[in-house]
Amino acid sequence: MLGLNTRDASLFVIVVILALTAPFLLNPFPAESSLAQFNAGYPDLMQRFAIYGIFAIGFNILFGLTGYLSFGHAAFLGVGSYAAVWMFKLLNYNILPAVILSVIVGGLFALLIGYISLRRSGIYFSILTLAFAQMSFALAYSVLTPITNGETGLQVYTDDPQYLQSADAPSIPHLFGVTMRSTQDIDFGAWSFSFNAGYYVCAVMMIVMFYLSIRIFRSPFGMMLRAIKTNQTRMNYTGLNPRPYTLAAFVISGMYAGLAGGLLAAMDPLAGAERMQWTASGEVVLMTILGGAGTLLGPVLGAGFIKYFENIFSKINENVLHQWFAFLPDGLEDFLVTILYPFVGKGWHLTLGLLFMLVVIFLPGGLMEGGQRIGRIFRKREKKPEVRAKDPEHHPKPSPHVA
Amino acid sequence: MSKLIINRRSLLKTGGAASVALATPYFFTRGALAQSDMYLNAPKGDTVTLGFNVPQTGPYADEGADELDAYKLAVEHLNGEGDGGCLNTFSSKVLKGNGILGKKVAYVTGDTQTKSDAARASAKSMIEKDGAIMITGGSSSGVAVAVQGLCQEAGVIFMAALTHSNDTTGKDKKANGFRHFFNAYMSGAALAPVLKNAYGSDRRAYHLTADYTWGWTQQESIQAATEAIGWETVNNVLTPLASTDFSSYIAPVLNSGADVLVLNHYGGNMVNSLTQAVQFGLRDKQVNGKQFEIIVPLYSELMAKGAGENIKGVYGSMNWNWTLQDEGTKAFVKSFGEKYGRPPSNAAQTAYAQTLLYADAAERAGTFNPCGIVEALEGYDFDGLGNGPTHYRAADHQCFKDVLVVKGKDAPSNQYDTLEVVEVTPRSQVEYEPDHPMFAGGDLGTCNPGA
Amino acid sequence: MDAIIIQILNGLDKGSAYALIALGLTLIFGTLGVVNFAHGALFMIGAFCAVTLQRILTLSTVTIDETQKDFLGNPLKVETPYVVNWFGDSAGNSIIDWSVPLAIILAIPVMLFIGYAMERGLIKHFYKRPHADQILVTFGLAIVIQEIVKLFFGANPIPTPAPDMFAGSLDFGVMLGFDPNAIIYPYWRLIYFAFAAIIIGAVFAFLQFTTFGMVVRAGMADRETVGLLGIDIDKRFTVMFGIAAAVAGLAGGMYTPINPPNYHMGMDFLVLSFVVVVVGGMGSLPGAVLAGFLLGILESFASTTWATTTVPGINQIVIYLVAIIVLLTRPRGLMGRKGVMED
Repeated sequence: MLGLNTRDASLFVIVVILALTAPFLLNPFPAESSLAQFNAGYPDLMQRFAIYGIFAIGFNILFGLTGYLSFGHAAFLGVGSYAAVWMFKLLNYNILPAVILSVIVGGLFALLIGYISLRRSGIYFSILTLAFAQMSFALAYSVLTPITNGETGLQVYTDDPQYLQSADAPSIPHLFGVTMRSTQDIDFGAWSFSFNAGYYVCAVMMIVMFYLSIRIFRSPFGMMLRAIKTNQTRMNYTGLNPRPYTLAAFVISGMYAGLAGGLLAAMDPLAGAERMQWTASGEVVLMTILGGAGTLLGPVLGAGFIKYFENIFSKINENVLHQWFAFLPDGLEDFLVTILYPFVGKGWHLTLGLLFMLVVIFLPGGLMEGGQRIGRIFRKREKKPEVRAKDPEHHPKPSPHVA
Repeated sequence: MSKLIINRRSLLKTGGAASVALATPYFFTRGALAQSDMYLNAPKGDTVTLGFNVPQTGPYADEGADELDAYKLAVEHLNGEGDGGCLNTFSSKVLKGNGILGKKVAYVTGDTQTKSDAARASAKSMIEKDGAIMITGGSSSGVAVAVQGLCQEAGVIFMAALTHSNDTTGKDKKANGFRHFFNAYMSGAALAPVLKNAYGSDRRAYHLTADYTWGWTQQESIQAATEAIGWETVNNVLTPLASTDFSSYIAPVLNSGADVLVLNHYGGNMVNSLTQAVQFGLRDKQVNGKQFEIIVPLYSELMAKGAGENIKGVYGSMNWNWTLQDEGTKAFVKSFGEKYGRPPSNAAQTAYAQTLLYADAAERAGTFNPCGIVEALEGYDFDGLGNGPTHYRAADHQCFKDVLVVKGKDAPSNQYDTLEVVEVTPRSQVEYEPDHPMFAGGDLGTCNPGA
Repeated sequence: MDAIIIQILNGLDKGSAYALIALGLTLIFGTLGVVNFAHGALFMIGAFCAVTLQRILTLSTVTIDETQKDFLGNPLKVETPYVVNWFGDSAGNSIIDWSVPLAIILAIPVMLFIGYAMERGLIKHFYKRPHADQILVTFGLAIVIQEIVKLFFGANPIPTPAPDMFAGSLDFGVMLGFDPNAIIYPYWRLIYFAFAAIIIGAVFAFLQFTTFGMVVRAGMADRETVGLLGIDIDKRFTVMFGIAAAVAGLAGGMYTPINPPNYHMGMDFLVLSFVVVVVGGMGSLPGAVLAGFLLGILESFASTTWATTTVPGINQIVIYLVAIIVLLTRPRGLMGRKGVMED
């Protein structure tokens, strides 16, 4: 199907179904129940899942395939956002030109930085990308304020030219008249589900990007990238120059990041400089490794995991905890709240840090490995142990990543 | 896509629910239900939800925690718990301690991380998921402006807490946004006369300015105000936000012929630059035959605490201070102090006041509709919240009230008693026209009820 | 001329902090081959050793003084530190006043222990793992340490002043024949610089002149051979990890009077110190020290008004710019060895 082998096709179909039914899947708890706190099916978070999914898929094309660890990918996301908002400011609120330009700008910026940084490998490459990203952030925050609007973030003002804005067009981002904010809420019994136009734009983009990444993974080009990761020297001896391939991978992942940045701006037309900070670059590294670098689905899972934490766990406050444990006797309730409180709400960083450590220590292949292990346990239970044919293509050996 | 891990088990169940939902002809949308009150997140049931969006992680976490404590106190008072605090001293008497418009006040909290992106994400989740009808909070101007813009687009009210940049009610002002806190222009206008009395009109000032929007607006305001009293500005040096060591910026100051150092820094920047400037011994020096002085135009209690002894004798300005002796302040300090065992900061006070002001406006308007609230707050005069008689100007949604000039206390009697109020600058002296050049360029727009 | 001398002084001081952190990082990397993203957190723990000691010294008895009122109008609780009770007013208060230098005594054993525990408890299991995993797990650890410190001490910076004796600054200009006030420099920063020089000298002397150090150097050059000779090199490397932690901790503790510590200060230094290490050359101890001082001085010069007016924003980016230029022209940093971290 679509040029994919059966296994990839089924993976792809699963992803498509999950992405399209996300509004249901992410709201498993009735709206009024105390567990509704854990519902993630509201437009903003769903959009972020899809957008950061795209970002991580793109990052994985570079890191997962070639092993080059970039610490500066947030810069491409940032310039993508700035490009999109500038299109809103100059043309109109239609997101199509904005997103197209952000992909182009992300790609060009990646070409520039990649061309220089890829002259080195290993940790030297990482530090070079980090240096470029930090410079972009520092300049965007201060000296480049006329272009980026600095601390406040670039946004659209009513006195911006907007040359193509027609009088009847919506004055918020839209795709040919369908605003990204328009949401249809459907109540079903105690449950409530939101269907948001913006989310579906992001989801469709993510599906397309996911498909593209499968094709890249399976293409001769993808093989070449893997060869770079496995043994660059040997590749050199066979008369192949790895530089053009890595640069291409770098630019492609930069374009993914640019697209993610453009979509972020399209969902919410404000671009802040913090998007380019090194911690933001670190975040996509964490997403990818947490989910499973080099796997197709892993980065998307990692992205969802981190964004879920950031948005759901940080909102659990003392009050909410007391509500949960209200059924317990007072002393026990207070005790439990005291124990749990440092880990949620303002302590969500602590929980995230602990989880990272646990995942890295016990699941070096990320969540995907966790899933596989669980799957293996079940399979063992069903049939007697069977030596599974290793598919080296689908599960590249965890050869040393570059740092 | 995290649904795969989180919800795989519920896939079947929800899938079934979905097919039923599609098959049934009876599904209706929330929009249809809410025909009667045409605005976003109209409270259903007997509670109304407010969103408190403050930094809970990152360098401003303590400031955020203080604001959050004040918000919780305000909710308590609105719901008729505790001693009622400022409800007893507030000039408006419509709040009865039975919630707002008879609905019990509930709240949700979020973490801004002091990043505009994270702040908007968390505000959006409060609006979209928790149905918050009002968002309040902020610890930096970037965040406040970003969230204010979001609330305008989404159609809820934003009651800004700690934001000092001129832009918040200047070029980035929004109809749905209101600021009770003072701003950089007011700091300059209030400080200048006091500085003239204390240090004379023949001074040469050297500015160190945090290199971003807030730093620039404050520097501009202070420079204009001090030049108006005859001071000369020797130099303005921009320092990177990420700096922790300011020695290379401080070392050349003495030799520049300046005899006053103005630190346009906030938070960690200010604590470090002031500590280091004092360490350099600047304040022990004589330049141009005068004692060298340092000024920190914007003070906060937490920064004062972080800088420790170094703030002694250093002038600055504040929105409010717990040592004031009016009835509103006394009531608030008493409730806050008894609940949390420490006096509130001026960030806490503005957070508390903004919550009461919102509740009061809803009560007077008889609706939670943002347009009703805007109408009720615009041009509103009130008193009894601790800042003296205050006016919410309709033209830019900025509060006008007295501004405090404070000085680091020489002999603090306890650990909270770090700053003393040296002058309460009357409101008339800090007022400006809505189209003042430092505030020009923005457009308030019209209120947006979001539906 | 005086402006140049000022900036060199500043740079040396800034550089000594960079050099100390980079030295520790390089010790760990050179011996154990581990990229330690938690090193900034160790620096921060060192700073909080000083805060803790200050807290311990100011542990107080509370007496209620009916004549004074606190802010709520209740009788004031007057706190008198135990040390003041025990040693009398002047001696007690001067002990409190000296809490930062005294913290060195606390920091050395604490940091050695933390370093040892970290290596044995966590890092040990990561020698065979890819560098990316090492980065990730130490980064996670850094977050955890940071959040725990925040839980106990809050997010606000905590003032930890230097002893009164070192308040104020030295007028260098007069010594060199310039006008008064032309070149001044705080006493405490001079002490910090001297302290850093002593620590750096001690580490090098330890490696150069002791048998232990010789074995460690041999192990850095060829771990396998040293192991084959029947020397338990792992044990020595563990000790080196402890020493690296102690170096970072001391650097942090002594830095507290310059920067009132907060839980976040480690992360602020982390990225910069990595840049320093890479510019110096991965695994090269003299390289790390040299690059630390060099970048410190360059950063100082970039902060001058002359530099920022010539190239706006240069003070924000100079370190990264230098890193890029060095890495492109000297692939292994200033003094790096061939083949380190290039796979």
